[in-house]
Amino acid sequence: MEEKVRKKTYIDDLDRGIYDVKNDFNYSFKADSGLTPEIVMEISKEKNEPQWMTDFRLKSLEIYNNLAAPPWGPDLTDLHMENIVTYVKPNTEMKGKWEDVPEEIKKTFDLLGIPKAERTSLAGVGAQYDSEVVYHSIKEDLVKMGVVYTDMETAIRDYEAIVKEYFMTCVPPSDHKFAALHGAVWSGGSFVYVPEGVQVDIPLQSYFRLNAPGAGQFEHTLIIVEKGAKLHFIEGCSAPKYNVNNLHAGCVELFVKEGARLRYSTIENWSKNMYNLNTKRAIVERDGLIEWVSGSFGSKVSMLYPMSILKGERARAEFTGVTFAGKGQHLDTGCKIVHAAPYTTSNVNSKSISKDGGVALYRGALRVAPNAHHVKATVACESLMLDNISRSDTIPVIDLMNDEVDIGHEAKIGRISDEAIFYLMSRGISEKEAKAMIVRGFVEPIAKELPLEYAVEMNNLIKIELEGAIG
Amino acid sequence: MDEKLLKIENLKTEIEGKEILKGLNLEIEKGKVHVIMGPNGAGKSTLANTLMGHPKYEITAGKILFENEEINELKADERAKKGIFLSFQYPEEIPGVTVENFLRTAKMAVTGKPLKILSFKKALKEKMELLEMKEEYAERYLNLGFSGGEKKKNEILQMAILEPKLAILDETDSGLDVDAIRIVSQGVNALKNSENSILIITHHNKILDYLKPDFVHILVDGKIVKTGDFSLAKEIEVNGYESYK
Repeated sequence: MEEKVRKKTYIDDLDRGIYDVKNDFNYSFKADSGLTPEIVMEISKEKNEPQWMTDFRLKSLEIYNNLAAPPWGPDLTDLHMENIVTYVKPNTEMKGKWEDVPEEIKKTFDLLGIPKAERTSLAGVGAQYDSEVVYHSIKEDLVKMGVVYTDMETAIRDYEAIVKEYFMTCVPPSDHKFAALHGAVWSGGSFVYVPEGVQVDIPLQSYFRLNAPGAGQFEHTLIIVEKGAKLHFIEGCSAPKYNVNNLHAGCVELFVKEGARLRYSTIENWSKNMYNLNTKRAIVERDGLIEWVSGSFGSKVSMLYPMSILKGERARAEFTGVTFAGKGQHLDTGCKIVHAAPYTTSNVNSKSISKDGGVALYRGALRVAPNAHHVKATVACESLMLDNISRSDTIPVIDLMNDEVDIGHEAKIGRISDEAIFYLMSRGISEKEAKAMIVRGFVEPIAKELPLEYAVEMNNLIKIELEGAIG
Repeated sequence: MDEKLLKIENLKTEIEGKEILKGLNLEIEKGKVHVIMGPNGAGKSTLANTLMGHPKYEITAGKILFENEEINELKADERAKKGIFLSFQYPEEIPGVTVENFLRTAKMAVTGKPLKILSFKKALKEKMELLEMKEEYAERYLNLGFSGGEKKKNEILQMAILEPKLAILDETDSGLDVDAIRIVSQGVNALKNSENSILIITHHNKILDYLKPDFVHILVDGKIVKTGDFSLAKEIEVNGYESYK
């Protein structure tokens, strides 16, 4: 039934479109997305971008057309590449109708207590959630500190030099096909610049993701934390983000300068039709620290490997994350660390939960460059399978080109022990609640790192997922 | 009239097809302390787990009556709500769940009533002091990294919070040093009253120095073969179980 709903929306948009897209939908993964240089130029023109960005987009499109899709990872057959066009065109009224939004999405909004105004925005069907007021009051404090926090489009105009210096240098379009696509059609996202020595004590939360066309699918986050500065940035929310166009190919670039510290937290909950192919990467200079805290729920397929490049001596990376794969989901996630300098350290703590046949795969890479001596790295991945039909796998790759390293790797796969359930039940706790308690305990290390309201949201999400209220 | 808190009639129990309890009979009145001793493999832990409702142990015959109600079909959580408590021989570690959080959840589950946080914290603090447990234990994850002694103290702490009608102590003294046995026993003693009962399963006599039993039973090969008073325990200490096998 979902199929019919989707077709209806496409046809509506086609009437308004300037580009003739075939009515026949062939659901196999096609390289040709119907994206032409003309469309890309129009996107750029609509945003009033400087020529260099227009050129950048066109170059990315070229790379995109020449690159093959990754020959590994989950099945991307159902990814509707040909619909990308319809949704990134400027002036596209990409919003559908509230009635067309799947029941399960609406139900989740109910269960999570999402306010009405936010629901329509999250479902991509209507009025944008107005965060202007909240934003402005925070803005004044930040401005006093010299912190820049704005959306990417504004940043290109008002902070052109900085953006040009950094934009897609951390994740170049040549990196992989979806990075190239992103380079061509990116839209929306946050830009944060923290000047030298400034400590931003309150976590900054992203507000801009839903305010541009195609936003929520190709948003670009660019954060620069200068020498000795500190920032905690939170992106995402626990409410499911629904979109008929089912590709999310966002990009996050984080630059952590000498002695600086950046904590990047995300809770993502994409609707179950989404392909989440996000690229997140951080470059850390000497004595710098990047901390990733991540909770991934939802999406049909995820390919998510936050990567940290430890470029300077004594740079550090910490990763704590949980992935929850339910029915029909194939989540291929992990963490990549590159030790490119001596005395660097990294610590990865990745947890995954799979249920109802869901597949949760940890794919990690740890690389130590030849010049990186006295590296200390640990990886701990732990999987919890809630039944016999779910799958969990670990594919760690460790590539050491220097002998003076201290590496620890630990992988644990398990089920909720019957003994543990009996123990909790013997204290009056029902079997259902006992399982939920154990799962919550499993994700505690992640919940602990999040600000309270996000931790509460995450626990609510887990509760809903366990009860199978969604799908 | 003497009301029997617990009445076990001709209980037969199997695990993985093997019969362990072969027709066990036992009666426990309110306000009494009973001890079960016996050689390894006799079925002591099986009895404890069967009473608590462990799903792996299958009752093939007989009845368990708690306050005159047959509880054979009740699940572990339902039995806990009736007022049965088991102090585990090997308590489980539950990462990510703090001791305090767990105790509060358990208390609310057993009583079925909401709990006032402040008065609960106060009660918890008192009970922890009684058991000479450092305050910081409340914030630690349940049993994670606890020593044997700490785990057992934690079991008695749970008993203190949940205030059960029947407390089954499964080899609570095993693996404990002299001081820990004293502290745990004193803790249990303090909880004893005329309305509740305690069933102690033990190998050794140390714990009995502190908890004076009203009845001592010898469990051999799945049945209770002899019941006596405290002097029976002393006799076992000297002579072992040979004459009862």
